[in-house]
Amino acid sequence: MTPPAFDEIFGTSGSTPRDEFAALGAWLDETPGEELDRRQKAAEAAFRQLGITFAVYGDEDSAERIIPFDIVPRIFTHREWTKLSEGLVQRTEAINAFLRDVYGERKIIADGVVPEALVLGNPQFRGMLDGQKPPHGVFAHICGIDLVRTGPDDFFVLEDNARTPSGVSYMLENREAMLRLCPEIFHRFSVCPVDRYPDALRETLRSVAPRGGSEPVCVVLTPGHFNSAFYEHSFLADTMGIELVEPADLEVDDDIVWMRTIDGRVRVDVIYRRIDDDYIDPLVFKADSMLGVPGLIAAYLAGNVALVNAPGTGIADDKAIYSYMPEIVKYYSGQDAKLPNVETYRCREASALQYTLDNLEKLVVKLVDGSGGYGMLVGPTAAKAQIEEFRAALIAEPHRYIAQPTLALSTVPTLTEQGVAPRHVDFRPFVLTGSKGVHIVPGGLTRVALKEGSLVVNSSQGGGTKDSLILSNVPGQWQSQGFGGQMQGQG
Amino acid sequence: MRLFVRHRSEYSFSQPQARLVQLLRLTPRDHAGQSVVSWWIDVDRDARLKPMRDGYGNQATMLYIDGPIDRITLDVTGEVLTEDRAGMVIGAPEPLPPSYFLQDTPLTKADAAIQAIATADTDGGSGLDRAHLLADTIAEALDHQPTAIAADHDAIACFAAKAADPQGAAHVLIAAARAAGFPARYVAGHVYRPEAIDSHAAHGWAELFIEGYGWIGFDPSEGRCPTDNYIRVAIGLDHREAAPLSGLRTGGGDEALTIDVHVGPEPARD
Repeated sequence: MTPPAFDEIFGTSGSTPRDEFAALGAWLDETPGEELDRRQKAAEAAFRQLGITFAVYGDEDSAERIIPFDIVPRIFTHREWTKLSEGLVQRTEAINAFLRDVYGERKIIADGVVPEALVLGNPQFRGMLDGQKPPHGVFAHICGIDLVRTGPDDFFVLEDNARTPSGVSYMLENREAMLRLCPEIFHRFSVCPVDRYPDALRETLRSVAPRGGSEPVCVVLTPGHFNSAFYEHSFLADTMGIELVEPADLEVDDDIVWMRTIDGRVRVDVIYRRIDDDYIDPLVFKADSMLGVPGLIAAYLAGNVALVNAPGTGIADDKAIYSYMPEIVKYYSGQDAKLPNVETYRCREASALQYTLDNLEKLVVKLVDGSGGYGMLVGPTAAKAQIEEFRAALIAEPHRYIAQPTLALSTVPTLTEQGVAPRHVDFRPFVLTGSKGVHIVPGGLTRVALKEGSLVVNSSQGGGTKDSLILSNVPGQWQSQGFGGQMQGQG
Repeated sequence: MRLFVRHRSEYSFSQPQARLVQLLRLTPRDHAGQSVVSWWIDVDRDARLKPMRDGYGNQATMLYIDGPIDRITLDVTGEVLTEDRAGMVIGAPEPLPPSYFLQDTPLTKADAAIQAIATADTDGGSGLDRAHLLADTIAEALDHQPTAIAADHDAIACFAAKAADPQGAAHVLIAAARAAGFPARYVAGHVYRPEAIDSHAAHGWAELFIEGYGWIGFDPSEGRCPTDNYIRVAIGLDHREAAPLSGLRTGGGDEALTIDVHVGPEPARD
């Protein structure tokens, strides 16, 4: 059995909050359960009204659901955050260095650090774009790096999401809701604001414009309103003050990208695209697809437009490559990885496969190319039949799977039907890389497994979200409030 | 040999098109045994052409045309000097190492039948001998036809039907070769056939990487390795990635495409 989980507020004591969080313990004691429940329902009603919905893949009547919101915030101390962000900067720099290398000289392969077959034989490696040089050398402008925690100083990277990570709108909307519904929390704690994120993202986009000049035209490219993350696409375009476009709004002429507007064509410099590689240009990738912008890759290869993130970044967050990340970080930074990986068994290797098959009831088994919690076995909670199903699948196609120990994920007090109780969480901060380096807005998306004992936090599998407060070391900091435009002073 | 090529594509549309964007892989590059003397792409109307180099080292061209377009003719004409290198590819741009070409694609998957042929002869000597045997076996197993019998020339469908056009036959060989452990890729190009100087399709074949030799061409539809009758134009994991023309048009209606290819020791007349 796994040892009891570390609770981020109460430590392992179970009843007394850690010193830094005494004020939260007091807030939980003072605020009646019905009041917490009322505020949580008010937040969810607001989200529903805003239309922050998502669709669960494979669920028949999934069209309009909101991700459940939990009113009890999660808190990181300033020291914890400083340490975390150093690790995130190091990791993200390594991801970009790795991408420059594998689409360029491939020194890391020549030096025998990562097996050639794992990179070049990987469908996420885009051979047709070999030699690509994105503007300013940035491939992964936005990474949503998933972290889990098992103790006061024990953080692990679970996944490096370097394609089109979503969820940042929840970071912003959750804070908005907390400021409105629980303003007293922001009097008790000095919290770093997150509402600078749209500005920081816009600056990142502008910084990678291939042309010089002061006013690059940046757009958000969405597949359309039927996409499960459409709310976020429109939210980000809106808060950044840039156009939201669909593929049909763009055209490529003479290797230059133009946006059609009622006032004529406008040249586009930077595209924050929330469309997968396969569907951005039907001339180059899926030829049978009618989606995408024909000629977009030609414009990109000609150096006339920046694609954010660059095509082909999937090779860096592939689950098979993930297990090499500690070596990759060390190779490019010359230092040990500040943020460790979760121990990972690569089932393509015979001894790892044997270990996995012998310990299925203790392990988490994942499809190398799966996401969203699909194609995943959580051994300790799985039914016998499901374990046998995975055993057969592993024997048939071992190279498609990795296995990891079941971690005792940290818990955070969460409002449940039985009152406030510990629930397991993970954390996705959003790391921005522009031409001038890496920038992280102090915050992120906390996902919480609402079912008692559950370790699966994915929204598609019954997870919820929480606000994530990063404590400031600057007392009396001003906390601006996004939409109302009001300012709130503290201290 | 001095070979003259003219590849003519004529599109006509049932209603005028507003725009046309095409990616053309129609331009050969120089390597040992292949020297491009002259090469032209002509369009019979106002068009903007932009050169592009893809990750495989293919020389591609982007074509942009504004409407209204009811028909267009795209003429590619050129002259190439070739030498017989027994199918060996030497001095071609090779940005990617051979191991990249071990992965399959939807068009080049191997089913049990293709795998059986790939592994039938495991003690057949050197890599070169095994590759020749594999290519010969597939060349003999298929009924060769000038046009596609399966949509997209899918390897499994072609092998099941025991019939294929050159693209399909190349896909079967690529699928089998990869299953046998050879890196393999598709080559789009032209072949001079004295008995058929004028035809209605560009040609295609396969290249296998053989340790100690490098990339060697095998043309299963002709049952031989490429000679000085062949001109290599573009490579890819399969036909789709090396296709001479891929395009998207803005405007409704239907299109009709006629392709006329001339490959011979004399230039095309008319």
